[in-house]
Amino acid sequence: MTIAESSFRSTGRSRFRRSLSAFMAGLSIAAAIIACVALLSVLVYIVINGIGSISLSTFTEGPVPQGQPGGGLRNGIVGTLILMSIGSVIGLPIGILGGVYQLETNTTFSRTLRFFTDVLNSIPSIVMGLFAYLIVVLPVAAFSPGHAFSAFAGGVALGFLMIPTVMRTTEEILRLVPTTLRDASLALGASRWRTTWSVVLPAARGGIVTGVLLALARIAGETAPLLFTAFGNLDFNVRLDHPIDALPLNIFNYATSPYENLHHLALAGAIILLAIILILSLAARYALRGQTME
Amino acid sequence: MAVHVSWAATGLSAPQRIMALEEITLMLEPRPRFGLGAVLGKRPHRGDRIYRGVLTAAAISVLIIIVGLLLELVFGSRQSISTFGLRFFSDSKWDPNGQHFGALPFILGTLYSSFWALVIALPISLLTAIFLAEIAPTSRTMRWVERPVSFMVELLAAIPSVVYGLWGVLVLQPWLVKYVEGPIAKGPLSALPIFGDTANGYDMLAASLILAIMILPYITAVSRDLLRAIPRTVREGSYALGATRWETIKGVVLPYARAGIIGAVMLGFGRALGETMAVTMVIGNAPIFKTSLFSSGYTLASVIANELAEASGLYRSALIEIGLCLFLITLIVNGGAKLLIFYTAKDLNATGGKV
Repeated sequence: MTIAESSFRSTGRSRFRRSLSAFMAGLSIAAAIIACVALLSVLVYIVINGIGSISLSTFTEGPVPQGQPGGGLRNGIVGTLILMSIGSVIGLPIGILGGVYQLETNTTFSRTLRFFTDVLNSIPSIVMGLFAYLIVVLPVAAFSPGHAFSAFAGGVALGFLMIPTVMRTTEEILRLVPTTLRDASLALGASRWRTTWSVVLPAARGGIVTGVLLALARIAGETAPLLFTAFGNLDFNVRLDHPIDALPLNIFNYATSPYENLHHLALAGAIILLAIILILSLAARYALRGQTME
Repeated sequence: MAVHVSWAATGLSAPQRIMALEEITLMLEPRPRFGLGAVLGKRPHRGDRIYRGVLTAAAISVLIIIVGLLLELVFGSRQSISTFGLRFFSDSKWDPNGQHFGALPFILGTLYSSFWALVIALPISLLTAIFLAEIAPTSRTMRWVERPVSFMVELLAAIPSVVYGLWGVLVLQPWLVKYVEGPIAKGPLSALPIFGDTANGYDMLAASLILAIMILPYITAVSRDLLRAIPRTVREGSYALGATRWETIKGVVLPYARAGIIGAVMLGFGRALGETMAVTMVIGNAPIFKTSLFSSGYTLASVIANELAEASGLYRSALIEIGLCLFLITLIVNGGAKLLIFYTAKDLNATGGKV
């Protein structure tokens, strides 16, 4: 043993310190393993049992009376797609234009607005559903008795939930567009709106698409705000002024029912929902890949 | 534009006159403050005025949504507010048939389930963040683990609440009853107040566990990013003084990001408070509050989810007031969290790190 080496090796105190360090490192590895096991057990269980529960009739059949075998999720799948479309029509224009607004202005109001967007993002989705209930469902019920819940009300709730995500990503991606591009366009005599429309937005297209897809992935699985807006419907419906079924609502209703075959339908629904979300997330990544920001 | 000023009456010197004239000119000229016209000194193009109008309309509608939300909630709950007043928050009787409503069991149930979720999730997610930011990148054998684990943590944050609830009903509850609650209820531990009551799986424990799993990715991801943003030099200084790795983490790294980590935890707490579906599916939905983890309970979000569609009159108004209450609680918790994270990020930026 050389002298240098021996000066690092040492007394009980330093050995204790080093073993404590190793112990804590081991503990954090253990924590990471526990976290992974807990999270994986959710994913693996849903995927394995869900895939086993899917069949062609899942996509082609509507619900059957409780306790009877068979039945499918057609109504819910179509309903979810319709609700997502309504949400997009309401949420995307406000979100994207709001993001452009944030880029174009730097006033006290725009900073306040950024704070409000953050607030909007942290509101629980059920409270947003409550808002849609208050501004759409109740007035409709007061105006024409017998009508209350509607696909439109559900779409309003989902659309409002999309706004903060779309707005934030739009603004952030637009800030990445080099100012020299905008300056060049303005110097050529183009007006502001022409510059935004023909230069800035095309340059940031991929990023904006990413934001939109991520927002869609977020609202696809929203359940709570639909409970008292879209409400669910045993019959097939595509009318916007009638209650409509949704995939997350099906999962909720079937999971809490006592029947085994409905549990399987819920699992199949969960897999379809996860597939929709996964496709949207992967597409979001792909859209960003085509982005040339340099 | 011609301006006639009687200079003798002002008593200004020549340079002062010139400055005054310039100021007056500035006041009188219609100066566009937006668009290219601001540079060239022209009024904006008509297209730009429309453009500006459309953008401003979008921005204002975001504001309208937030303000409208608050006003609608207050307006919708006026009947309940005028009937029960402040007693609403301290009354623990919830009786729709008797038209008597008190929100205390829900407020306590929300805070209690979220508290236990935090107790369970905090150590695990903090240690996982330490593993991802401090231990895995420096180890040759474990470096590859970091990316898949990070990816999974992010993936799980995207799974909808209702899917967690489905797993809770089909897997977690039967498992808890068989391996955790059953044995404890039979054993001597059942004498403890937090383990009393019947063990049927529809209880606080199941709700807290599922909430813990749901907020775990959040706290982990945010604190990992904060730890990564801490400049290397800070750690190197600590190592140079002879500290071990754990001493560096405990004494230097964690205190450095303390406020931000508290913010991350509050963010997770805020999410747990507003979480609806998964909790509704496992908590048992009984409008009573008991401290036992094996008792059924109810939360603010769950009671709205379960009862609003069928409610009317005073009942509906009381549920809307519960929504108002939930909104304000999450606003306070999230606002505080955002401020803490913001100031930590600012400090880190000021000292050379980046978030």
